Amino acid sequence: MNIHEYQAKQLLKKFGVRVPEGRLVESGPDVEGRAEKAAVELARERGNTVWVVKAQIHAGGRGKAGGVKVCKDLSAVKAAAREIIGKTLVTPQTGAQGKKVHKVWIEEGSSIARELYVGVVIDRAIAQVVMMASTEGGMEIEEVAARHPEKIVKVAIDPTTGFLPFHGRKIAQALGLSPEQTKEAVGFFGGIYRCFTELDCSQVEINPMIVTQDGKLAALDAKLNFDDNGLFRHPEVVAMRDLLEENPQDVEASKFDLAYIALDGNIGCMVNGAGLAMATMDIIKLHGGEPANFLDVGGGASKEKVEHAFKIILKDPKVKAILVNIFGGIMKCDVIAEGVIAAARELKLEVPLVVRLEGTNVERGKELLAGSGLKITPANDLTDAAKKVVAAAKG
Amino acid sequence: MAIWADKNTKLIVQGITGSQGAFHAKGCRDYGTQVVGGVTPGRGGQVHEGFPVFDTVEEAVRKTGANATMIFVPPSGAADAICEAADAGIALITCITEGIPVRDMLAAKRTLANTRSRLIGPNCPGIITPGQCKIGIMPGQIHQAGKVGVVSRSGTLTYEAVFQLTRLGIGQSTCVGIGGDPINGTNFIDVLEAFNRDPGTEAVIMIGEIGGTAEEEAAEYIKREFKKPVAGFIGGATAPKGKRMGHAGAIISGGKGTAEEKFQALEAAGVRIARSPADLGSTMARALGK
Repeated sequence: MNIHEYQAKQLLKKFGVRVPEGRLVESGPDVEGRAEKAAVELARERGNTVWVVKAQIHAGGRGKAGGVKVCKDLSAVKAAAREIIGKTLVTPQTGAQGKKVHKVWIEEGSSIARELYVGVVIDRAIAQVVMMASTEGGMEIEEVAARHPEKIVKVAIDPTTGFLPFHGRKIAQALGLSPEQTKEAVGFFGGIYRCFTELDCSQVEINPMIVTQDGKLAALDAKLNFDDNGLFRHPEVVAMRDLLEENPQDVEASKFDLAYIALDGNIGCMVNGAGLAMATMDIIKLHGGEPANFLDVGGGASKEKVEHAFKIILKDPKVKAILVNIFGGIMKCDVIAEGVIAAARELKLEVPLVVRLEGTNVERGKELLAGSGLKITPANDLTDAAKKVVAAAKG
Repeated sequence: MAIWADKNTKLIVQGITGSQGAFHAKGCRDYGTQVVGGVTPGRGGQVHEGFPVFDTVEEAVRKTGANATMIFVPPSGAADAICEAADAGIALITCITEGIPVRDMLAAKRTLANTRSRLIGPNCPGIITPGQCKIGIMPGQIHQAGKVGVVSRSGTLTYEAVFQLTRLGIGQSTCVGIGGDPINGTNFIDVLEAFNRDPGTEAVIMIGEIGGTAEEEAAEYIKREFKKPVAGFIGGATAPKGKRMGHAGAIISGGKGTAEEKFQALEAAGVRIARSPADLGSTMARALGK
């Protein structure tokens, strides 16, 4: 799960990580009036008359797309809020269709002396949390890794000890921080680590982390991703979920515990098991087709689940044909066949449907499909299924 | 011959009184596995579906001589169950549970490092030595005893591979599903090392998927030390970057862990590559010179 920058900053602040103060303004009537009020309050509280109006969307690269404006007076704040809210930002991370901005974060301006980078991820190879930092703030870490790998410092943190002061000192030294800043950095980095582990994050990125002109450290931007499997422990994080930022089909799928990801092609896929689902997409492409989605109905798919899966696939107007590929192990093929038939009848399915069943009770499943009177094309194996569905999608 | 699980394996099931635990305990018993009991805290002394239930793993081991466990405990308690099994000295721990928080697995893996237990999974179909012992949720009937080892990160895709092999008359020595999670107990190299030593395994099918670098590391190992023919496939060549494809581990970040990189690494190690998942069995047959 992802959250917005302003939410990430609120969470980091609870762990003692310094962030610039700000106010949220959402879309609705009188954006200008609310933006002005927020800016006035903020200036009174912080004694700072520079503001930054930042678009809040779940994607990076907002600055270059015109989603971040530095403002030196209230009329500029009002104009920026009016301009950014409702605007569709296209950044390298949003895809060509872009993302519409529904809210802005009005933040106090920061005086920046240095821009740095710090991030936390899990290194699978050593099964430890790794904090990495670089002097190249503002640049994508992947780009730094490719061009200047020597500029990245990494510390692996043992889960039994957690973050130790020396981890902080090591990073601070690599970043060239002063002795005074190093003391602060130990707390700053430690706070980021605790935020990562205590909230079950999968990734934290502070890019840039800044040194202000008066020598303080702060998170100027913040990105937090969460391990979905850990969310049950954090209702306060779940409450931050912004459904406007998610693909409506993804949201629908998650309600029924289906793993769905929309893609750009025209062949809808319904498969049991994530590995087989990926392999099914691959074989469609191998035979000249393009999958419209990834959809894993899971191991224990019921008739209802199959029906919901069909509904989600059919909501995508691009879908010209559907492939159902089920390897019934624990799931029985006849039960799947019943679900497919019921869903096809109820939804008055018009797009061509290719079904490949294998495994437990496969003969019975095939008989049911053949006797249903529906236009279902049976497939004998994976290759046969892929060829048939690709041909069907081409019409 | 086989690796890790055979006719002498004595299995208990943690979470045996849950619907999944009970269902698969019966499935394994029906296949011929010696299922000697189960554990559900607070239900000790009962008999469930014919299996004696114990309160702790330690008690189950003491009273049944169990040396393997299969875990169906829900995600919030699964890491606890893994550590309890290791503490009780269980040699082979197979965790089927899907959805364990990564943080819990980091801690459990650290604990396991100080024990002699092997963990398979989590989020995996389990391990099966055809004709001898099934520990997991895989359909037993598609397997056939033989000499090809199977190791995979996926469940249903493994069934696909096994099914193709069996249809070609190629039996399996042991099939190990290492699971789709980013942090798991047993990796490709662990399984390959065991297959390398096992005189009953003549060749191996390895099925990887996008995300992480486990396949690349396995390719290095194969090049360096593995003496038997290997056939390989990587799922997810068409997956978009940065999206989690069902398995928490299957995510490509910043161009790392793509299917193409993995295919190339395997090819460079002399592995016979199946570009289509429909060719898993036939690629193995060719590698065996059949």
